[in-house]
Amino acid sequence: MLTLDELLTRLNGLERSEIWRWVENRWVVAERQGDTLLFREVDVARIELIREIRRDFAIEDEAVALILGLLDQVYGLRRQLRRLCDALAAQPQEVQEAVRRALPPSR
Amino acid sequence: MPGQNPYQVLGVKSDATADEIRKAYRKLAKQLHPDLNPGKPEAEERFKAVSAAYDLLSDPEKRSRYDRGEIDETGAERPRYSYRPFAEGAEGWRYQPEGEMDLNDLEDLFAAFGSRGGWQRSRSGTGFGEQIRIRGQDRHFSLTIDFIKAATGDKQRISLAPNEWLDVTIPPGIEDGQVLRLRGKGGAGLGGGEPGDALIEVRVAAHPLFRREGDNIRLELPVSLAEAVLGARVEVPTVTGPVTVTIPKGSDTGTVLRLRGKGVQRPRNPGDQLVTLKVVIGHSNDAELAGFLERWAPRHPSDPRRETPR
Repeated sequence: MLTLDELLTRLNGLERSEIWRWVENRWVVAERQGDTLLFREVDVARIELIREIRRDFAIEDEAVALILGLLDQVYGLRRQLRRLCDALAAQPQEVQEAVRRALPPSR
Repeated sequence: MPGQNPYQVLGVKSDATADEIRKAYRKLAKQLHPDLNPGKPEAEERFKAVSAAYDLLSDPEKRSRYDRGEIDETGAERPRYSYRPFAEGAEGWRYQPEGEMDLNDLEDLFAAFGSRGGWQRSRSGTGFGEQIRIRGQDRHFSLTIDFIKAATGDKQRISLAPNEWLDVTIPPGIEDGQVLRLRGKGGAGLGGGEPGDALIEVRVAAHPLFRREGDNIRLELPVSLAEAVLGARVEVPTVTGPVTVTIPKGSDTGTVLRLRGKGVQRPRNPGDQLVTLKVVIGHSNDAELAGFLERWAPRHPSDPRRETPR
């Protein structure tokens, strides 16, 4: 876990107030501890992503919320799909083959 | 003083202008210069830090790379955190949208099963500083091949990078826009992650004579009036080379001849070539022909516009 100060040192070029705002917007989940915030690795990576979207693509806040919402859906879907793939990979070879044969072509 | 934000070292805001940065640096340099502070090691330390910070921030390119998080305050390349491995890893559930996904909606994504790409577990362990294992990136290429090679199959060599070639086997019957995946020919993985794949989008150029119709190939073949009426043996191009074909006696425009196995060369079940005849008179100014037709009275007259609405 990283505190807000540690986060700001690690990811230079970010303002304290910005991070608070992102947490308030619920773009980033962080745990509150006294008057600081605690972040996990996934949160740090997400903060970097948000920074990139906003600065490199000059995207405004409303659109950021939209993009994050869509991204979360895609990743949610991919996690679900991976569960399914893991379950399939654990099946005997014949079952895997049968599923592969039953898949309609994707184009 | 590593670990210190260079803006803080110089006491300027992160959006300071180049001029403000220069002024702040000069002021501090005057205060802290070792020659003006003999015997004060802490001033010398700070002077070094200030110089290093100014070095970084006075160079517009380094400054913007620092601002983007690409380099750290010492100018060293900083590892970039990619969100994706986290989002797809165990911690990704933290950002699960409300309401579970419906697994029934996944049909169109099932094609991913079997390709195995992308879903390798990408992290091992938890905690900062632990090794991150990331699959290499897929690399995308495109390749245009001619119509005949798409029908017969081919081997092509494409350049991935200077001095790096890849031999691609084009299976017979490839369609325009189809993507070939060459496993492991993409970017290298990180930390022991498997390499990505090379994805090659194949474009098939159009042909002036041939046209694909699934695994069959269509061709329109002009024949003379005499060839159509009397029958003939003529040479016809196919994707595997010219063949001699018999035009049956009494053919007409629109007669279709099927050349079995001369279509798309699928190894087990090749398609056919369908040749549609088109009668071309070619001598409509010929006096003898005109004279013959004037004298010619067909025993069973037919109306070629029988089916044409009036």
